[in-house]
Order: sequence, then structure tokens, then C-alpha cells
Amino acid sequence: MEDVNRLEAFQAKIDREEKIEPKDWMPDAYRKHLVRQMSQHAHSEVVGMQPEGQWITRAPSLRAKVVLLAKVQDEAGHGLYLYSATESLGISRDELLEQLHTEKAKYSSIFNYATLNWADMGAVGWLVDGAAIVNQVSLQRTSFGPYSRGMVRICKEESFHQRQGYEIVADMALGSPEQKQMAQDALNRMWWPSLMMFGPHDADSPNTGNATKWKIKRETNDELRQKFIDKTIQQATVIGLTVPDPDLKWNEATGHYDFGEIDWSELKEVINGRGPCNKQRLNHHRKAHQEGAWVREAANAYAQKQKDKKKVA
Amino acid sequence: MEINEALIKYCLRLGDDAMILGHRLSELCSKGPYLEEDIAMTNISLDLFGQTRMMYTTAGEIEGKGRTEDDFAYKRLEPEFQNVLLVEQPNGNFGNTMARQMVFSVFYYHLFKELQSSSNEKLAAFAAKSLKETTYHMRHSCEWIVRLGDGTEESHWKVQDALNEIWSYRHELFEKDEVDETLIAAGLIPDTATFKSAFEASVQEVLDRATIEEVEEGWKSTGGRIGHHSEYMGHILPIFQSIPRTYPESKW
Amino acid sequence: MSADNQFPQWEVFIQSKTGLPFKHVGNLHAADGELALQNARDLYTRRQEGTSIWVVPTDEIVASNPDDSDAFFDPAEDKIYRAATYYNLPKEAKHI
Repeated sequence: MEDVNRLEAFQAKIDREEKIEPKDWMPDAYRKHLVRQMSQHAHSEVVGMQPEGQWITRAPSLRAKVVLLAKVQDEAGHGLYLYSATESLGISRDELLEQLHTEKAKYSSIFNYATLNWADMGAVGWLVDGAAIVNQVSLQRTSFGPYSRGMVRICKEESFHQRQGYEIVADMALGSPEQKQMAQDALNRMWWPSLMMFGPHDADSPNTGNATKWKIKRETNDELRQKFIDKTIQQATVIGLTVPDPDLKWNEATGHYDFGEIDWSELKEVINGRGPCNKQRLNHHRKAHQEGAWVREAANAYAQKQKDKKKVA
Repeated sequence: MEINEALIKYCLRLGDDAMILGHRLSELCSKGPYLEEDIAMTNISLDLFGQTRMMYTTAGEIEGKGRTEDDFAYKRLEPEFQNVLLVEQPNGNFGNTMARQMVFSVFYYHLFKELQSSSNEKLAAFAAKSLKETTYHMRHSCEWIVRLGDGTEESHWKVQDALNEIWSYRHELFEKDEVDETLIAAGLIPDTATFKSAFEASVQEVLDRATIEEVEEGWKSTGGRIGHHSEYMGHILPIFQSIPRTYPESKW
Repeated sequence: MSADNQFPQWEVFIQSKTGLPFKHVGNLHAADGELALQNARDLYTRRQEGTSIWVVPTDEIVASNPDDSDAFFDPAEDKIYRAATYYNLPKEAKHI
């Protein structure tokens, strides 16, 4: 009986646009949903460091190099903010990493694609961060306090990411024939996977109900995807690049772009571990974690020794 | 040697040291022992590339032939780079990375402390800014050497090994040739001999806290300042310079 | 995967300018205070957000319980006489 009252009070709080904080009472399903969503968001930031990180050593100018380094650093930072927010719900960093390593937890499908030429660094910033921004701006108003605050911080930092990416693509699209070809090639490979980042159609999205009721999610997958497309087409057009969708058409009546059907079977495969880079990404992460074990042990051992010294003193 | 010629070479040496070490650290992105440390190491890399850019720009200005920072970074070959061999050494394990960083940062900490009073405004300003960054790098790497040395049995022998390996590379930082003598005589740079004992004292303090009793002395590295590098340079530069070299007609 | 070596959690407070209060910005994991301080600097002040940092082990934080908020905080609601605006003074009086 008590739980019914608590649930009502909880829902009332949500309806009043008040934030839920970690120590507040919350339905189990709310807690579980947030742990899953936030941890997968965190894992995405961290795994995303790999496809970009592998181009840092080859950045073609010193300016490009420091910008890319700073960007990837930010991704690590975002991962940390999100792990923090997730841990506030009573799960440890170790458990979160275990879930990632055993593939119990997922991360954004886009990072299972390979980055093949320097223009991909542009496309990642422009499209992938662009898509992330659309999603994250919406999440700033999410009901869970730590998640909302994390999103505000992340959004502030994310804006340079997209601009950095678009600058790379624009310079190349308007550069030499080889550069233009690389830019178009990157767009060809990254476009559809970027659209898939927003997830399945609303009708096929199992978690939408509660997520909307509890204001975890403020807009639907399709709404966000449409926002992204409408924003981005013009950005491609002004630099002379073609979006690889023959069905793309401006719809005067709706005021939005109509676009072609997404290959949902591809998304399904990638989400379930059978994308181009899934194994590589996880192996890389596991390896770094395992190789770092002796370092973490040493740090803990030293800290313990200092504590013991203090006790004796 | 003419002063400007010496100045250009000196700036390039500082820039090259920072660039190659910055490169090594940038290889570690997403490979750190835990996420917080990943950010720390890439931060050091960013600071170093900032120093590289300042020194290359200054060298180009003094030279007056229109060479840009990217011309120095991407268009010179191994024999034209004048970095010490220390910075080319591979990342190895975290102990190797921190041992290399400690030696580098302690040296540059002491150098920048003196260099910030150079009568050459550009060098003085560069040293003052870089001193702040290097102070932090030194603190970070030294604290890690302490923790690895006085951590577990495994971390102790790993860091002992790392120090034994890197020890060969520290003397080269104190080498002096005509470039240095010219600038020392003109009062533009400090004589590294004047802070050698301070360097050793700083290092000894860390070793003591880290419970490292002795580090093996081996071969003394040399040759970097005249473009004779370790074999690693031949693998570093092709990667670093690959895009502008592959597409020389394109602007990057 | 073995149960790993979990670093303790630290809460991070940043003072953006001297004289201003320290604000809570988030948390991180570190083995000891020195590393926590350095990691906090790298994580939370890259954009010149701070001039001073406090790190406090999360376990040391004593927090009020949301269930107690009514008892803790509502009683302040009717004590409006604690605000300067409660008082009606002659308009002519200055500096008060």
C-alpha cells in the first residue's frame, strides 16, 4: 500500500517537472531503465574513443591533431560523467565494465563501423556528434537529476565537436579532387549508420512507454531522427556533397524531408555483435583493462600502505 | 656559429623533443589503465604539442623563409629532426611510459625554470608558460613512479625494469654542442651543467619515496641532436607524416 | 573477469574564482587524494572552470535523507520574518 502512495508522489513529481535525485524513492523499473540507458550512453562515449583515437597519430596538421586529441579527451570525460551518474543508482564501475566486456550492455551501433580515411574524422564529428547533439539537447530535460546535469555539461562541450567535424569535411569537399572524393566516400559510408543511431521506429521501440511517462525520454526516436535529417541536408548541399539516399525529397506539405527506408536488418546485426568492428572494439577495451590491472593494484596497495602508516603514527 | 642559426636549431630541438614525446603519448589514447588516467596522458600530449607549435613557429619567424609549423612537422625527414633518443622510446607498459615522462619532465622543469629569465623575449615567454605545464607533468609522473615503486611486488619490479631501461637516455639531455655554447655565451640559454645536480636530487627524491634502491647504468644515448636517431624514428615519422606525404598536392 | 580492484569514489567541488563558493561538479574514482586531485583537474577544469579544487571521499559525505525533507525544510516556510522585506519602515529613513 505504501508503494502505491510513493508511486503517486513520484509521478506527481515528474509531472511537475521536478528532478528525481539518486536517494529519492523510485520504481524499480525506473532505476533499471536509467541504469541501462545511462551506462550504454557512457560505454558509447568510451568505445567511441577508438575509431577516432586511431587517427590522432596521422592527423595531417598540428592544429588538426590537437583539436582531435581534445575532442577524444572530451569523449573520455563524457564517459566519466555518465559512469558517475549511473553509479549514483547503486551499481559499481566494476560491474558496469563487466557488463560491457561480457556484452550484457550495449553501446551505440555507430562505433562498430571502421574509420577509413581522414574525412571520416570529419564525418564522425559532423554526423555522429551531430546526431548525438540532437539526442542530448533533448535529454537535458530528462527527469533524473544527475543525468540531466551531465547532459547540460556534455552539450556545452559537444558543440565544438560537431563544428570541428564539419570544418574537416567542408575543407575537403571544397579542396582537391582527391580530398573531395574522400569526403563523399565518408558521407556515403556514414550516412545510414548515423540515422540508425536514433534507434528503431517508434512503433518497434519496446521501452518507449515508460520512458515517456517518466520523462526519461522527452522526444521519440523518429522525432529526433527527423530533426537531425532536416538540419543536416542543407549542410551537405552547401559544400557540394550528395547524401546517399535517392528517395530523399523535401516535402512542402509537412515541412520536413521524406527519406528512404533504413536497412533495419543491418542495425539488428550490428547491435547483436555482428558488425564490422564489434569484436575489435571489445577486444581493445578488454585488453587495455587487463593490462592496466597491475597499475590499479599498485595504486590501491600504495593507498592502503599510507592509510596503515597513519593508523600506526 | 651565427646567433640566429643557433637559435633556430635550439628552438627546433625543443620543438622536436616535445613533438615526438607528444606523439608517443597520443598513441595511448583509449589504452590507459583506467579512464581517468587516459585523460591525464592525453592532456600531457596536448601540452607538448602546444609547446611544439610555439617553438616551430618561433623557429620559422627567426628563419624568415616562410616555413610554417606544419612544414617543420610534416616535411622534414629523420636526419633533420634533432630530438633526443629518450622521446622515441616506445610506450611499453605504464611503468615505461611514466619512467620516460619523469626523466623528461624533471629535466625540462629545471631547464624552463632557468630559461624563463632569458634575455630573448620569445624564449623567456615560452619557458614561463611551459614551466607551468611541465610542473604538472613532473608531479603526475613522479607520483606514479612512487606508487608503482611502493605498490605491489609486481609493480615494484616492473618500474625497476622500466627505470633500468630508460636510464641510458637521460645523459643526452645534458649534452652541449656548438649550438648550446653559442647561445650560452650570448646569455640566451642556461648552461645545463648548472642544474645537473638539482636534476639528480629531484630524481633521487622520487626514487627514495618509490623505495627504488639503485638504477642500472648502461649505455649513454647520443646522436639525436645531429639527426642520428634510434630505429623507432623510422616508424614514427612515416605514420605521423603519412597524409600530407600521400597527398602532397592537397592543402591540409 | 575477476572482481577487480575498485578505486574509492570521490566527490569533486570546484571554486571557479577566489571568493566564490565551491560548487559540486561530479565525482570520479581514484586510489588516493593526490591522484583524485590530479584527475579532478584533468576532468573538470579543462575549460578554465576553476581555480581551486576540493575532493572528498564519497563515503565521508553525510547527506540529508529525502524522506526527511518535510521535517527538515518545510518549517522554514512560514518564518518569513527572517527576510528583510517583511518589515515596513518609514520611507524617509536612509541606510537601513
